[in-house]
This record gives sequence, structure tokens and C-alpha cells, in this order.
Amino acid sequence: MLTAVLILAILALVFGLLLGYAAIRFKVEGDPVADKIDAILPQTQCGQCGFAGCRPYAEAIAKGEADINQCPPGGEAVILSLADLLGKDPKPLNAEHGEAKDIKTVVVIDEQQCIGCTLCIQACPVDAIIGAAKLMHTVIKAECTGCNLCIPPCPVDCIHIVPVGTTLQSWKWPSPEKTVAATEAVTP
Amino acid sequence: MIHKLNRFHGGLHLPDHKAVSMQAQVTPQPLPKQLVIPLQQHIGAIDEPSVNPGERVLKGQLIARSDAHVSAPIHAPSSGTIVAIEARPVAHPSGMPAACIVIETDGKDEWTTLTPCADYTQLSPETLRQRVHEAGIVGLGGAGFPSFIKLTPGIGKVVETLILNGAECEPYITCDAMLMQARPDTVLQGAQIMLQAVQARHCLIGVEDNKPTAIAALQHALQALNDDRIRIVPIPTIYPTGGERQLIKVLTGKETPTHKLPIDVGVVCHNVATAAAVADAIIEGKPLISRYVTVTGAGIGQAHNLEVLIGTPMQTLLEECAARNVPDMQTIMGGPMMGFVVEDLQAPVIKTTNCLLHQTKPQSQAALPCIRCGECMRVCPAQLLPQQLYWHARAKDLDKTQDYKLFDCIECGCCAYVCPSHIPLVHYYRFAKTEIWAREREKLKSDHARERHEFHLQRLERKKQEDEERKRKKRELLQRAESPDDNKQDAIAAALERVKAKKAAQQVAPQNTENLTTAQQAKIDAIESRRKTLSNDSGQDEGQ
Repeated sequence: MLTAVLILAILALVFGLLLGYAAIRFKVEGDPVADKIDAILPQTQCGQCGFAGCRPYAEAIAKGEADINQCPPGGEAVILSLADLLGKDPKPLNAEHGEAKDIKTVVVIDEQQCIGCTLCIQACPVDAIIGAAKLMHTVIKAECTGCNLCIPPCPVDCIHIVPVGTTLQSWKWPSPEKTVAATEAVTP
Repeated sequence: MIHKLNRFHGGLHLPDHKAVSMQAQVTPQPLPKQLVIPLQQHIGAIDEPSVNPGERVLKGQLIARSDAHVSAPIHAPSSGTIVAIEARPVAHPSGMPAACIVIETDGKDEWTTLTPCADYTQLSPETLRQRVHEAGIVGLGGAGFPSFIKLTPGIGKVVETLILNGAECEPYITCDAMLMQARPDTVLQGAQIMLQAVQARHCLIGVEDNKPTAIAALQHALQALNDDRIRIVPIPTIYPTGGERQLIKVLTGKETPTHKLPIDVGVVCHNVATAAAVADAIIEGKPLISRYVTVTGAGIGQAHNLEVLIGTPMQTLLEECAARNVPDMQTIMGGPMMGFVVEDLQAPVIKTTNCLLHQTKPQSQAALPCIRCGECMRVCPAQLLPQQLYWHARAKDLDKTQDYKLFDCIECGCCAYVCPSHIPLVHYYRFAKTEIWAREREKLKSDHARERHEFHLQRLERKKQEDEERKRKKRELLQRAESPDDNKQDAIAAALERVKAKKAAQQVAPQNTENLTTAQQAKIDAIESRRKTLSNDSGQDEGQ
């Protein structure tokens, strides 16, 4: 009896020390789950999820403070990936945070109307707008994420949303589902 | 000596329909009024035009190039004037227009100065590759990969076998067969040049046994050439034996592993037409500006092969071959198995246009549910599981499709051909592939955006710190101003200092005081003593 208790006590001590050592030795800096979630999010930094950017939203999801269906730019694909990563059930996009966009967009500044107030430059989360006070501003199209955060601050409404055109390089084969569905509907 | 052949997995015996376009000789297509040359005719970066509208160009002159490694320059197919550089319809499954250089031909067909080379054996492999690149040669079998890259084995790689692909396994297409018949010497010269460029030991030319005339022509030419490094190997006619990996398997027995290239198993594979283009480029100095195109199909009156300048509108080719123009016709670029429908026939012939197939639209058969018969798996030449790929592509489970090696699929269409449910299987794979590429592009873009956002935040943080530092300094200055006594004392002390310094500067040292006589010295002493008493007196006066 006593031997058994003693053995168990010693074992518990040994494993306790081992675990304690491992916790210090193999400590992971940062939050790996949040990192993984952040890698899935589209990085538009638009704030439609209710957080200050993609990273804060990722951290909130990791802590369980936010749901996985609050990212309109990511749409269904991001919800599916997040559900897969976190082992949750996928659910439709929460309409409170906006609607998913079918086509990618960027913004352009109507340079004739721009008064050079720099407000849009301050609003841009990825520094994709260049210009200086009282001088014309312009958007670097390749860097624009299409978050539209620069539109509300503009005092003269000279920023417009334009769709990103498809090129031969970015063209995708359409899903055969549609054609199949159409033919299935016709056949009795 | 009989070459031992191997068999690749799956494949199909298809009716070849080749005889119809092989009866007539190859005829050169008359010079069209306008040539439309797309800026991208190859895999890789889009070329930048190096000419401007209004400029006159000569035949063979460079008109577009790119600094990117994976690219091929483009040359003017005939002399004339550049009239526009703009978006025009091109042959692409999307039906979208793309940037093209438009040349109004002047009918003179005037060549630019070429640099022929009588004895290419003197040239180093590097020079050969450089010239092949400058001639704008890309794989003419259909993929359009820049050829000079495939002629570069890479450091530490040894090429044992050079394979020339003359299989031409797709039904209807006969342009390679006609080329081997008409210009067997050029093909063999190309093989010799390529052997030198890749430093390979021997060359196998694989030709399907349904082209006996081409095989005979090549063998006849080889006898005259007497090069024992080259061998012509007739291979069984099975679709798709012209696939690169399938042909390597048939001729050498080697399997090219997933994610590896033929070079990794010591093989380099080129099309016979590419070899002929290489011979023209090295020996005569001619860039790639024309090619053989098969115009055939049920809707063509006189099916035959044409030698066509790159940039000739497809419409003129069809007219030349007496195409019947009825509403239910469609034109396919490439073969019936792997080609795609060309929406706008104003689209020009490009470097990879091997065949125009003009025929009635097939009746679209309704796709029925998959019955899991497994026929597709039996015929797949890449040994994939087409059915699994189909399910996962349909469910948009793209990671799973990659697990099932979607990118090993060569889109040969065997699976869709045998499918009893008429499921457009290849369409699903193409859809999944482009979808995966799009996601990869998006991933790159979002990673880039994340970096920029992090930098943005860092910049704001730095600005905040700098602002605080500035404020702190200002505050210190203000604090000093707020304690006036210290400040005044300091000011007074500083003023005194300044006065002292000024006085010190004003004091004049006596001059010419050296080498004085005793009398002079005595005089000076007397003066000094008087001055002293005087100043003492005045000091006392002041004191009083």
C-alpha cells in the first residue's frame, strides 16, 4: 500500500517537473492560432468585422470573442477555411457586417477634383495613396486592397470604386456546375 | 536494330482522320493585308512592344521583347507599317481580347539583315541557346514554352537522351507529319543542333506508326546524313502518346516523377517543328515568323496544310480552304481532344496554332450522375483517379484535388471521352486548376497587404514616439523659462563673460619690446610708473 502511494507520488513529481521544464523550454512566442487565422483572412484591413483590422479580428476569434462569419471581403471561402481550421461548423455570412462582393474592386481618385487635403492618405491602412498637402493625390492600384476606408473622409467625394478587370492571366474557367445544372433542368 | 518500346498506362485508340488533310502538298498562304501579332504567344511574361505606331518594320525585325527570363521575343512576320498597338480578339478560351501589334503589310516582304551561320559546330552551347532565344522560338507542339530554357540542362544535370516528339497523336492534326515529309533534312539538322546545345549522347525521334511516309522520309534523310547518334523510332498509335511524359515512358521506359521535370531523369523533349525552327534560326538566322497549320474538319472543302505567317487572321485561312459557312459550325484551335473553341475568327494564328478544326457543333449531351464505373481511371495516361478529382473539384475542395495530384493531369480528355455519363470531366479539372492559381495569387496579394499594414502601424507608432519626444523637449524648455531667477542670474553671468572676453580681446600687447637698450628700458619704466600713479589717483578720485 505504502509502496504504491510512494511510487505514484514519485511518478507524479517526475512528470510534473518534466512538464514544467517543457513548458519553459518549448514556450511558443505569440499566439500560433491567431497567426493561422490571420493567414486565412484577406488582409483588406477594412474593419467591417468590427475590429481595427485583420490581426485584431484574428486574435478575437482565437480568444473566442468573435464569430467566424464576420468577414465580408473573405466571403464563403474564408468562412469555410476558418471552420476547417477551428473545427467549427461553417455558417452563412453575418449580414450585419456587410455583403460579400462578387468582384474585386479598387478605388481611384478623380485627380481633377482632388484638393489635396491628405485625409484619405491618413485613412489608408496599407499606405497605398501617395500625395502631399495641397497637391494632387493618387492611388497605387497594385497596392489597393479595396477596403474603401478612404471614401468617407474625402470632403469632395472624388474617390470612386472601380472593379478590377479580368486579364488573360487572371481569367478563370467558369464552373461547369452551371452548364450541368442547366442541362439537368431541361432533361425530364 | 530494333528499339525496345514500353507502354504507358491507359490511353485510347481513336479514329485518326488524318488522311483527309495529307493528300495535298503544303502551300504557302498568300500575304494578308493586315497581320495582328499578340504580345503573348508563349508561357511566361508578356512582351513589351519595342516599336511605335507609324514606324516601318522589315520582315524578321524584332518588334516586342521582355526582360523576364521566361519569355520569347516576337518578330515582324512581313515588312510593313505598324498601324496600331491595341486590344484585338485573340484565340483564348475566355474569348477576351488582348494587346496586339497590328502591321499593315506593304507586299514587298523585305527581309531585315540576317546573320546566318554556315558552321554551327563552332558555336558554344551558350551561343546556341542565346540565338534560339533571340529567334523567339517556343515549343510548337502546343504549350508554347520558351525553347531555350528547355535547352539549358542546368548545373550538374546530364542529358542522356534528346527526344524529338513527332508523335502528333491527336486526331485530324497533320502539320508535324507534313513537316517531316516536306523538310526531313531541316528536322534532322535541328536535332543535331539541339544535341550540341544540351550535350546529349543520342537523339530519339518518336513518330507514330500511322505516318509511314513521314518515317520513310526521315529515314531516307538520315541515311544521307549518316549520323549514328540519331535514331528514328516508329511507335504504336495510342492517344496520348505525344504527351511529353508518355512519350518518354514509351521510348526510354523512364517515369518522370510528380513535381519533377524530364531533365531530372536525363531526358529533354522537343517537338519536331521546334527542331526545324531551331535549324532555321541557327543556320539561316531566321526568327520564328511562320509555321505549318492544318486546316481540316467536316466543314472544310479542301483540307490541307498551309505555311502561315504568324498574325494571319484565322478567317482568311478558312476562306482559303473553302470552309462552308453555315450557322451550326464551330472552329476549334488545336485538336478535337485538347483544343478549345475560337469565338471570334478575326483572332490571328499564333506560334502555338497547330490546327484549325472547322466542323458542326457537337450536340450537347446532358451530363448524367456519375455511376462510378471506373472507366476514366482505366484510360488515364497519368495514372490519376479522375473520378475522385471530379468529386473534389465539384465540391470545390481544392486542397483535396491537389492531394489527388490534379496538377499531374495533362488535360488529354481521355476520361471525358469514355465517360458513359458524358460528364465534362476536363472542364472540372481546368476549373479547379485556375481556381487554385487564383487563390495562390490572392494569398500572395494578402501577404503583401499584411506586410504593408504592419509597416503602416509601425510608422504610426514611430511618429507617435517622435511627437512625444518633441513635446518633451518643448516642455523642458518651457520649464526653464518658468523659473525666472535662475534665468536672470544666468543671463547676467553670461553677459559678464561676454564683457570679459571682449576686454581680453581688446588688450593690446606692447610691440617692439625686444633688443631694447638700457636707456630705452629706463625710459619705459619711468613712463609706466607715472601711468600707475596716475591711474591710482584717478581710481581714488572715482572711489571718492
